[in-house]
Amino acid sequence: MKVEQISIFLENRAGRLEEVTRILAENKISIRALSLADTSDFGILRLIVSDHEKAKKALKENGFTVGRTSVVAVEVDDQPGGLNAILQILSAGGVNVEYMYAFVQQSSKTAIIVFRFDKTDQAIELLQQKGLHIIPGDTLYNL
Amino acid sequence: MIFDVEMETLPREDLEALQLKRLQALVERVYANVGFYRQKFDERGIKPSDIRSLADLKLLPFTEKQDLRNHYPFGLFAVPKENVVRIHASSGTTGKSTVVGYTHRDVRNWAKLMARCFVASGASAKDIIHNAYGYGLFTGGLGAHYGAEELGATIVPVSGGGTKRQVMLLKDFGPTVICSTPSYALVLHEAAQEAGFSFKDLDLRIGIFGAEPWTEEMRRDIEDKMGITAIDIYGLSEIMGPGVGIECHNAQNGLHIMEDHFLVEIIDPETGEVLPPGEQGELVITTLTKEAQPLIRYRTRDITILNKVPCRCGRTTARVHRMMGRSDDMLIIRGVNVFPSQIESILLETEGLAPHYLLVVKREGNLDTLEIQVEVDEKLFSDEIKVLQRIEGKIVKNIKDYLGVTAMVKLVEPRSIQRSEGKAKRILDLRKQN
Repeated sequence: MKVEQISIFLENRAGRLEEVTRILAENKISIRALSLADTSDFGILRLIVSDHEKAKKALKENGFTVGRTSVVAVEVDDQPGGLNAILQILSAGGVNVEYMYAFVQQSSKTAIIVFRFDKTDQAIELLQQKGLHIIPGDTLYNL
Repeated sequence: MIFDVEMETLPREDLEALQLKRLQALVERVYANVGFYRQKFDERGIKPSDIRSLADLKLLPFTEKQDLRNHYPFGLFAVPKENVVRIHASSGTTGKSTVVGYTHRDVRNWAKLMARCFVASGASAKDIIHNAYGYGLFTGGLGAHYGAEELGATIVPVSGGGTKRQVMLLKDFGPTVICSTPSYALVLHEAAQEAGFSFKDLDLRIGIFGAEPWTEEMRRDIEDKMGITAIDIYGLSEIMGPGVGIECHNAQNGLHIMEDHFLVEIIDPETGEVLPPGEQGELVITTLTKEAQPLIRYRTRDITILNKVPCRCGRTTARVHRMMGRSDDMLIIRGVNVFPSQIESILLETEGLAPHYLLVVKREGNLDTLEIQVEVDEKLFSDEIKVLQRIEGKIVKNIKDYLGVTAMVKLVEPRSIQRSEGKAKRILDLRKQN
């Protein structure tokens, strides 16, 4: 039920992000979703891609530090209160969100929210009990 | 004025006769009481009786900082521990500090030598001395303190830090002499200006500056800004602390070495060969009178030039040029000695990293800054910002705790630190470029 996300350490200077997307483009890897967290000195780029094994290998070969993390993708109605419903469940279950990012699907009435939890397995259980749709990794990679 | 007219103006012949007598007694003493030296002498087949002239000094082995570390903490004491009345130590990671012991007479001698220094700088018993050298294990604070009291001057033991309060005391107590690192004096001066006055408005007339390298340009800058005479002082804890040498205010041209207590040589740091006066090399010091922890031919790693030309101040003692650099990779950051190897072991202890790192030293305003660039490898990396920031914070804290220096840590991408010939370049010192 988990989705594999790759994360890349980037120094906060011009050209570094472009280098990552160039490597992905050359290797014909599609980006499904992304978020960039930044500090004054460095940033962490988080990506869900069409082929994370290949992406990780290509980036590492080009000298990047790449990590892999399991995240959870949850489908939510694209309407007011959609995200709040999920967060209420998590909050009641004592699960903390480390970070999250969202995107809206083409030709669909739903959005997808990618979560990084402190207690991933517990969060999945809670959300499934409440009947929320968790999107499997393979579906997301091939969107 | 000269504090100890007899000793500071001894004719060269008499001085050298005294040095030889003291050297011979020293060699007897360390051979009898310090296992480390007995073994070293035996290995070279030297007996104390082989030292018949000052020229025989070159027969004796060198002592290195590492020897002090290897015998941590009290292994080089030449007297029973109960005769030691004071311990000082330099910063170091656990177990790696260099420790120095003093007997009662060592402390007394040190005070007398520092009193000589104050007088050489132009001070007298009438002066009020603002002592901003750090008190504690560092030798600066207490060294100057005892010297000022020996002289009969008034000492204000303010120690380092607390800039705003220092500025207030400089105004309220009206000190005439200030002791600090040269860069901290500039910081204090800036803070005074922010508070609406200049050092020129105060009674200050002499600054005694040491514990870090500075230049002739910096001296002129300080003198112009502050309206004082700026004097360079030299010392190192392994030998005693401040007071090994000082400039006289008459000439401000080279530091007079207290030669009746310290025998100095200049050597080629590569070959160990003794160089004649006038040639640049590493300063090597033998402590002639130290009781608790005498050192034979201690390699200071400081680069200078020896000058035996008599000085117009009347002192007959040899002078050394203001320190011109180091023959090792030691950095001096705001008066604190830092070796890259210490930083490396802290990085290893902090996260179990075998890191590629670069130490970037800059001078921002008047203060040295140390930035440690650490390459982020997969072991260190996390997808969460807070984890990386926690690591940065932990490194900063450990460096502060172990070394007493505030550093900044900057995480950088792998391979962004230059590798050269397999040996990484560890230091980028930008202070020398303006």
